[in-house]
Amino acid sequence: MAKIKSLEDLMKIKDDAVKNLKLRETGKRGKIVVAMGTCGIAAGAKDTFKAVVEELSDKDIDDISVVQSGCFGLCDAEPTIEVKLEGSEPIVYGHVTPEQAKRIINQHIVNGKVVGDLIIKRGEL
Amino acid sequence: MPVVENTILICAGGACISAGEKSVKETLEEKLQEYSLENVIKVVETGCMGACDLGPIMVIYPEGVFYQKVEPKDVSKIVEEHLLKGRVVNDLLYKGDKGDLTIKPQENIPFFTEQVKIATRNLGVIDPLSIEEYIARDGYFALRKVLLEMTPEAVIEELKKSELRGRGGAGFPTYMKWTLARNSESDTKYVICNADEGDPGAFMDRAVLEGDPHAIVEAMTIAAYVIGAEKGFVYCRAEYPLAIERLTIAINKAKEYGLLGNNIMDTGFSFDLEIRIGAGAFVCGEETALINSIEGKRGVPRLKPPYPSDKGLWGKPTLNNNVETYANIAPIIRNGGEWFAQYGVEGARGTKVFALAGKVKNTGLVEVPFGTSLRKLVFEIGGGIPNGKKMKAVQTGGPSGGCIPMEYIDTPITYDNLKSLGAIVGSGGLIIMDEDDCMVDVAKFFLEFTVEESCGQCTPCREGTKQMHEIMKKITSGEGEMEDLDKLKELGQYIMDTSLCGLGQTAPQPVISTMKYFWEEYLAHIDEKKCPAKRCKALTRVVIDKEKCVGCTACARVCPVNCISGEVRKPHEIDPDICTRCGSCITVCRFNAIDKVSP
Amino acid sequence: MLSLTECPGCKEKYKELEEFISGVKNEPGILINVLHKAQELFGYLSEETQQFVADKLEVPLSRVYGVVTFYNFFSTKPKGKNQIKVCLGTACYVKGADKVMQRLLDDLKVGMEEPTEDGLFSVHAVRCLGACSMAPVVLVGERDFYGRVTPDEASKIIEKYRRNENGKN
Repeated sequence: MAKIKSLEDLMKIKDDAVKNLKLRETGKRGKIVVAMGTCGIAAGAKDTFKAVVEELSDKDIDDISVVQSGCFGLCDAEPTIEVKLEGSEPIVYGHVTPEQAKRIINQHIVNGKVVGDLIIKRGEL
Repeated sequence: MPVVENTILICAGGACISAGEKSVKETLEEKLQEYSLENVIKVVETGCMGACDLGPIMVIYPEGVFYQKVEPKDVSKIVEEHLLKGRVVNDLLYKGDKGDLTIKPQENIPFFTEQVKIATRNLGVIDPLSIEEYIARDGYFALRKVLLEMTPEAVIEELKKSELRGRGGAGFPTYMKWTLARNSESDTKYVICNADEGDPGAFMDRAVLEGDPHAIVEAMTIAAYVIGAEKGFVYCRAEYPLAIERLTIAINKAKEYGLLGNNIMDTGFSFDLEIRIGAGAFVCGEETALINSIEGKRGVPRLKPPYPSDKGLWGKPTLNNNVETYANIAPIIRNGGEWFAQYGVEGARGTKVFALAGKVKNTGLVEVPFGTSLRKLVFEIGGGIPNGKKMKAVQTGGPSGGCIPMEYIDTPITYDNLKSLGAIVGSGGLIIMDEDDCMVDVAKFFLEFTVEESCGQCTPCREGTKQMHEIMKKITSGEGEMEDLDKLKELGQYIMDTSLCGLGQTAPQPVISTMKYFWEEYLAHIDEKKCPAKRCKALTRVVIDKEKCVGCTACARVCPVNCISGEVRKPHEIDPDICTRCGSCITVCRFNAIDKVSP
Repeated sequence: MLSLTECPGCKEKYKELEEFISGVKNEPGILINVLHKAQELFGYLSEETQQFVADKLEVPLSRVYGVVTFYNFFSTKPKGKNQIKVCLGTACYVKGADKVMQRLLDDLKVGMEEPTEDGLFSVHAVRCLGACSMAPVVLVGERDFYGRVTPDEASKIIEKYRRNENGKN
C-alpha cells in the first residue's frame, strides 16, 4: 500500500471504501455483520458466526459477505447480527443463536422476509 | 422451497415447560397438519421470554400477537380463528400494563432513539480490522486537518471551547492538561493512553478499543503533535486480549498507510506508538502508578507534585488521557469545539458513555448527553428492573464511588450533581441494584476490593481499609455493635484525609454513602441481627416449610453440598451449618416449600 | 551461571525466552513484558525462571521478585492446565458470581488457585473482565468467555473441558 501523503490520497481511500460499503459495486447482494466484541463472544457470537458461514455455504449462497464488527452497545441482546441487503433497510437481529442464524438466512436472505420476532432495530446503526 | 407465512414462537423456557408447553406444541403441530399448514407456518421453540408467570406463551408473527396461558384445548381455536380466519383470539391475549393488546417486537426502543453517539460513533458499525472503513467514516481527516491546517494552539483552543473534561474519573479539563504538557520545556515528551479500565462495572474503554481502535491511534497522534511528543504508549490491561489484538493490528495498518511512524502524511512529523500490557493491578489506573508500571516497576503511585505534565514517564513531561477522552478528540476537531459543547449542560459538556449492568433489563453501553437524568438512563434506555423487582440503588464510579438511592433518581447527571450526592461520574459504570441486594454487603464487597488492591505504600490506605473491612465483616455476620458505625465514620475520614493517592482518598466512599442513604439497613444488621435483603449468609437461613413439602426429593438431589436430608414422601430438612445459601433448592422446588428467611 | 532443571521441554522454553529477551533487552521498562512472555511459556514464574530473567536482563533478582509479587496476573505457583477464571466484579457479584465460584470449587473439590489432582483445572477469582453486561462471567484460559453463567452451567463447562481432555487421550 502506498503511503498517504495528501488530502487527495485520503479522499481516494475514503471514496473507494464508501463504494465498497455500498454493495452493488462489489458484485455482492448483501452482507451480514456479526458483532464480535468480548460481550458478544461471551454470549456465543463465535458459534453464531460459524453457523452463518456454514449455512451460507450449505445453501450455496456466495453473494453475501460475512464480516465482524465491535459491540454496538445493546449487550443484553447479544449475539447480534445485522443483515444489509442491497436496496432495503438494514435490520439488526438480537439473541441470535446458531439455530436462529440459520432461520434468519433461510427466511430473510433466501425468502426475503424479515424475521419479525428477532428484530431489535431497523435502519442504520 | 415454500414461503413461510407465519412463525409461531412457543416459549420453551423452564417455567413454560413446567406449565405444559410440550403438550401445547404437540397439539399445535397436529392441528397444523390437519389443515396442511405445516409447510407455511413454522413453529419455533424459543428460550425463556421472561414472562414466566404467563406461561405457556405463544407469539404469532408477523403480527406479533402474544397469547398467554395457552392450554392444549385452546390450540384449535387459535389455529381456526387466528391462522385461518385472521381473527385474534381475544380471551387468550396478553394485556400489558397499559392495556396494550399486543407486545410488539423490541425494535426502535428508547435504547436506540435517546442516544447521541460521539465517542462510540463507530462501534458495531465498522469492521475494526479495516482501516478503510474507519477512513470511510471520516477517520484520519481530523489528523490531516491538524497537521496541515492547524497550529497546536488552535487545537487547544477548540478543546477549550468544547469544554471536554477527562472521562476516566477525575474530570480534569482536557485542554488544560494538553496546555500544561505543551508548555513544559523538554527535548523528549510522551503521550499515554490509559486503557487500564479497572473500575468493576465499566467496560466502555474495552468496547472502543475492540470496536474502533483507529480512533485512539488518530487522537494520540494529534495529541503528540500538539504537545511535541514523538513517542506514545497505550497501557492496556491484560484482561482485554481482544482489545490488544485489534489495537496492534490498527497500529500496524496506520504505519503501513503513513498515518503513524516516520514522516506522517509527508509532513515531517513523526510519532511512534507502542502497547504496554498491564499485569492486573487496579492502582495502575492512577496515572503516576501507571507511569511506574510502564517503566517496568511495581505500580505504586508517586507523590504529586511534580505532576506528570512536568515530570512523568522517565522524568519527562507526559500527557495522559483515558480511552473515552481520546475517542472524543477527532469529532471535536472535525466539527469544532462549539459543536461538541452544544450537548450537555453547564459544567458538563458533551456526552458520556455509561455501562449499564446489574439488575437492569437492557444491559449494555449507552452514550447520552450530560444532564440526562438517572431515571431516563435506568428506566427508559435501560428498560427498567427485570422480574418485577424494585430498584434500590444505582452504584456509580466503582470502588471510588457511591450508591444513589431511588429518591434521587431524577437527578440530571453532571460531575457536580453526583458529587453532591456522595457519588461520582467516575468512568461511567452504573450498576443497578434491586431489593435483593444488601447495601451493607455491597459496601463490604468494595472494601474487600480496596484491601486487596491497595498497593501498601501508605499506612492509612493499607491498614485503614483493612480495619474498616474487619468491622464490615463483623456487622454482616451479626456481631456488630452500634459503636462500630462511629468507628467506620471516623476511620473513613482519616483515610480520605491522609492517603497518598486517589485510591485511598476515595476507598471509604462506598461505606460512607451507603451509611448515608441506607442507615436503617445497617441498623437492622446490628440491632435486629437481620439482613433485610436476605443476602448476608450468617443472617440468613434457607428453610423448608414442613406443611408444603411433599418429600419429592428434588431439592436433595440438586443440593451441591448434600445438606438436605429426609425420607421419600416425608418433609425434608436443611442443615444450616453446611448450607451455602446457593438457592438451587428454591429454584427446583415445585411446591414453593423452600424460602430464604432472615430471623 | 544458573543450572536449569531438566524438565521435559524446559530447555526449548528457556531458549525461546532467551531469544525473546535479547530482542527487547534494550527497550526501557521491558521487565513486565518479559515476565508476561515467561509466564506464557511456563504457565507460572518459578524462582528459577525469575532468576533466569534477572540474569538475562541484568537486573537484581529482588527487583524481578518485587514486580512478580506486586501484580495479580503473575503467579509463583503452578496452575491447572485449564484455568477457570470467575469474574468477581461488582456486576457479576450482584448477579451471583459467588455461587458460581462455590459450585466450581465444590465440583472440582479444590480450594481457590489450587490445581486439581489430575492437574487439569484450577479456579481463580479475577477482577472485572469488562463483560459486565453478560454477568456473571466465566473465562476459561484467555479467550473462552461464558456469559450469564448459572451454577448448573458452571458444572457443564467443567464437563465440556473434561470431555475435550479425554478426547485427546
